[in-house]
Amino acid sequence: MNFQTTIGLEVHVELKTNSKIFSPSPVEFGDTPNANTNVIDWGYPGVLPTTNKGVVHDGIMAGLALHAQIEPKPHFDRKNYFYPDNPKAYQITQSETPIAHDGWVEIEVDGKKKKIGIAEMHIEEDAGKNTHAAEHSYVDLNRQGTPLIEIVSKPDIESPDEAYAYLEQLRQIVQFTGISDVKMEEGSMRVDTNISIRPLGQKEYGTKVEMKNINSFNYVRKSLEYEEQRQQRVLMSGGVIQQETRRFDETTGKTELMRVKEGSDDYRYFPEPDLPVLEISQDWIDQINEELPEPPAKRREHYVNELGITDYDAMVITQTKEMSDFYDAMIKAGADAKLAANYLQGDVNAYLNDNQVDLQNTKITPDHLATMIKLITDGTISSKMAKKVFKAITKGDDPKAFVEEKGMVQLSDPAKLQPIVDDVVAANPQSVEDFHNGKDRAIGFLVGQIMKQTHGKANPQVVNKMLKESMSK
Amino acid sequence: MTEKISEDQVKHVAGLAKLKIDDDQLPYFTTQLDKIIGLFETLSEVDTEGVEPTSSVTDQVNVMREDVAEDWHQQQALLDNAPDTQDGYIRTPTIIDESGENE
Repeated sequence: MNFQTTIGLEVHVELKTNSKIFSPSPVEFGDTPNANTNVIDWGYPGVLPTTNKGVVHDGIMAGLALHAQIEPKPHFDRKNYFYPDNPKAYQITQSETPIAHDGWVEIEVDGKKKKIGIAEMHIEEDAGKNTHAAEHSYVDLNRQGTPLIEIVSKPDIESPDEAYAYLEQLRQIVQFTGISDVKMEEGSMRVDTNISIRPLGQKEYGTKVEMKNINSFNYVRKSLEYEEQRQQRVLMSGGVIQQETRRFDETTGKTELMRVKEGSDDYRYFPEPDLPVLEISQDWIDQINEELPEPPAKRREHYVNELGITDYDAMVITQTKEMSDFYDAMIKAGADAKLAANYLQGDVNAYLNDNQVDLQNTKITPDHLATMIKLITDGTISSKMAKKVFKAITKGDDPKAFVEEKGMVQLSDPAKLQPIVDDVVAANPQSVEDFHNGKDRAIGFLVGQIMKQTHGKANPQVVNKMLKESMSK
Repeated sequence: MTEKISEDQVKHVAGLAKLKIDDDQLPYFTTQLDKIIGLFETLSEVDTEGVEPTSSVTDQVNVMREDVAEDWHQQQALLDNAPDTQDGYIRTPTIIDESGENE
């Protein structure tokens, strides 16, 4: 029997606003527990929330970036549940009128393009954080009220690879808007998945199994692959899939049962009475549309079609807006497109990984890197010398000044090289004879001699050419 | 009496509200809730044809605050007011997560 897979993804994205969604407490990480809280965050009696305009702005922006329809009159709803990370005993979210709906993300898997629909996208508040010990649990409400966007996909994703591609595209699109860091490892992007399978041709979807808080795109793919196989095995052996929540074990690569779901969740949503409704004008939407930076897919098109770099290079450069902006600035400063792409993927990425730092937090500037690349292309320095220059750039040094100061300038001037070439040719008659006898290695030996005399500064291409000319006389 | 709510539903609702109701109290609350729901049903006699659903009773629209952070310096006062604290955290009895949602 053949099966068809249906995957749904719910992605939470933490916004980088200055203040919380319903209180002016700062949104900061790494502060002492409960430092960034006030009476509103603690849900004290008599306090009232006020909507942060920045969050509504960012919600509209994300909606536009995802080609979604913006809801003209959104309101907030209460989702009721008891848990100590949630002092009000309800979360303010959107249920009836999400800020945006019916968007899409385009993905590409095995060369095939496909649009994945977004059912809806809403803004809501995050909860606090609990830590558990044997005797007690500990509550830190710093995260309480941090603004989130939840993005819910339509049941268009049909394989774990498509799920992976969707998450990667979604991450890039949101990252380029600048509203969130969208980093899985820091919790500013969180993914819940659900997956069901059904015999090919069956109309009704199979029973959904949910998995929560899987912490990397790779694990999302692996857990879905495992779950796809497991559900097939169950159905093939005549079993029934039960509605349950499962956990992915990273060490075994398997999913395991967390709990069986009985009935649907009962959150008793109702319209939030403490917050007035919103009316989003077309003017505001138009204005935010203007602010929207060029999306990653558009930039990739430009890189491949106009700058002539490969699809793969373009993909790597558009991982983050900062990287892409950096590349654009290098091109503007006159750097060769291919070399600029190579350096970003090679030396720059290695440096970022080694130091666990983001590009915008380094001393590397597009101007410096472009200058270094120009020094390579005009023959002033060799790519080997560039390794040292790159190191200097990471310290914020000007590459031109560094090259001059260290006397690293490659010797390319024929007038200066000629006497050395003449000397070496005169001193090695055997090699000259070998060359005339067609032994190619001879020229390599002579180049080596010249490099030795110039302490490695001679431009090998120029020397090569001069030697051949000299010996052909 | 026509049953508008069953004892099972009352049990369920009480569970959601973290209320403990003994089985011998169930008929009492079920009858009460049944009457309350009956009262609400009179509302459905009102003709609401063409009336937009109300999601807020204030006539205010778009009351928003600019995204500016303020520290109200309430950390200590709030912690002082908490029943139990340790190292700046609110200390609670060990929490068992029933839903598995909030890890």
